Amino acid sequence: MRTVWIVVVFAAVLAGCASTPDEEQSPAGVEDRRPGTKPPTIGAQTQPIQQPPVAGVDLTGKARARSLLTDPGSILSKRSIFFDFDRYDVKEEYRPLIEAHARYLRDNGQAKMLVQGNTDERGSREYNLALGQRRSEAVKRMLMLLGAKEDQVEAVSLGEEKPKSEGHDEGAWTQNRRGDILYQGEY
Amino acid sequence: MRVLIAALVLMAAASSATAQLSIEITGAGAQRIPIAIAPFAGEGALPPGISSIVRADLERSGLFRGLEVPALVPPPTESSNVNYPEWRSRLADALVVGSIAARPDGRFEVRFRLHDVVKQVSLGGVAYTLTQQQVRATAHRIADYVYEKLTGEKGVFSTRIAYVVKRGNRFELQIADADGASEETALASFEPIISPAWSPDGRRLAYVSFENKKPVVYVHSLLDGKRHVVANFKGSNSAPAWSPDGNRLAVALSREGGSQLFLINADGSGARRLTNSSGIDTEPVFAPDGQTIYFTSDRGGSPQIYRMPASGGDAQRVTFEGSYNVSPRISRDGKNLAYIARNGGKFQVALLDLATRQHLILTDSDKDESPSFAPNGRMILLATVVGGRGVLSAVSSDGRVKQRLSVAAGDVREPAWGPFIQ
Repeated sequence: MRTVWIVVVFAAVLAGCASTPDEEQSPAGVEDRRPGTKPPTIGAQTQPIQQPPVAGVDLTGKARARSLLTDPGSILSKRSIFFDFDRYDVKEEYRPLIEAHARYLRDNGQAKMLVQGNTDERGSREYNLALGQRRSEAVKRMLMLLGAKEDQVEAVSLGEEKPKSEGHDEGAWTQNRRGDILYQGEY
Repeated sequence: MRVLIAALVLMAAASSATAQLSIEITGAGAQRIPIAIAPFAGEGALPPGISSIVRADLERSGLFRGLEVPALVPPPTESSNVNYPEWRSRLADALVVGSIAARPDGRFEVRFRLHDVVKQVSLGGVAYTLTQQQVRATAHRIADYVYEKLTGEKGVFSTRIAYVVKRGNRFELQIADADGASEETALASFEPIISPAWSPDGRRLAYVSFENKKPVVYVHSLLDGKRHVVANFKGSNSAPAWSPDGNRLAVALSREGGSQLFLINADGSGARRLTNSSGIDTEPVFAPDGQTIYFTSDRGGSPQIYRMPASGGDAQRVTFEGSYNVSPRISRDGKNLAYIARNGGKFQVALLDLATRQHLILTDSDKDESPSFAPNGRMILLATVVGGRGVLSAVSSDGRVKQRLSVAAGDVREPAWGPFIQ
């Protein structure tokens, strides 16, 4: 049984190779490529060859950047900065993380980022929203000190509204006193 | 003796010196006005019975005790001769009788009359026409009439409340009658909704929605469901509060860094900065005269309530007890400030008499949020947590009457009591 599947897969891969120009539309490369399909007839009139300029788009660089941001091995995939109770300063241990993101923003002038500040659930929702803002702005300030441009980073707050941990104890609250980094396309 | 007390109570009630209304006699058993609400003749045609809703409304206020009324044959109506001694013998101080009749156009007519049993006089009556869908609304109107006649202050049974229900990852902004019934969903979202605020005319709600992955202030017209963005600046936009004329909103914006107060037109134009502090300024609320804004600020090191002229300018600190006083709300008469105070780790509703500076903790719960005055100032609606679940509760502004609002399952939070119906 396994042998049969390998043959089928192999055939599909071959068919796929044969149909490279149409790859986008028919990825499995089946129906149109049966042997015996006639090529289209050639018309009587000749067509002048036109050569409009080609504006190339290279997605490979962006794709590499994207994977750089999400590859678990990359420090750029680390997106959360945790804060102590009633504190709004970025702890020293998060400096490498913020430096890496600042470097990325510096190297990719078009990149944009949203920093969301969060708090634990205790107290007024609106006051917590303002406290979360203080956390996201602390992250933004540090990013800018390290070379990010003002218009690349938007600092906002989710207050206590989007807890990472739904619990009601210190363990959960520790998880929820947090700043999160999101790149454009991720929010 | 009992008759004498009852008479005194009724006299106190009938006078319009509302503050002293008293039924606040201390000792065992609250002194509430005993009232008999006879089943309205013909009310079986319009379930649920109008008389039972009127009774539930009045009892919920904490100022009335509804008496059991046996089925009478024939049932008394608004035009019946009242046998006062008989109602007196049932210990009623007041009596409501009425009737319902079908009209040729398919609607109904309800008529009722309120009697002072002690003085043996009619205090008046009203007739309403209603559709089958307006039974509850009509009962609330009748309860308001009775309440105002007997206590001297306007009733709030016809008003509506807004609140947010969270079920799983779904958030719904709901509008309901003041008794929590007849709820309707104004907005459903998979992102949080907070801080609903009624426009002074009760037709629009401002609120903060996170549907764009950040807080944005909207104004939502309840009649047609149309909504528009009022504040969506860079950063966070929150804490909307209406000016008493309904033309402008005070909001907290972080567009210039930090959380600072701005004034903005209700259509989103003309944002103007009001505060200039290095700390947090948020939770603005207008005093009823529109001249003063109360707000929360940590400019002094801990979050406290301040006030300033509505046009901006120097702020004065208002709260001094404790290290966490937030969420200011002003009563309609401008005399009392309700807020959330943290006491030994408990978040509770406090009330400050702005003239005497006396303050009072009104609740014994420990996770209170979002206090909201009833438009007559008698009750304060709030969100709290019971058994790990968000619920609404209400407490009288003297702390004596407490209610839990029965709202269907889910986490309920962010209550806002709407204005009087105009």
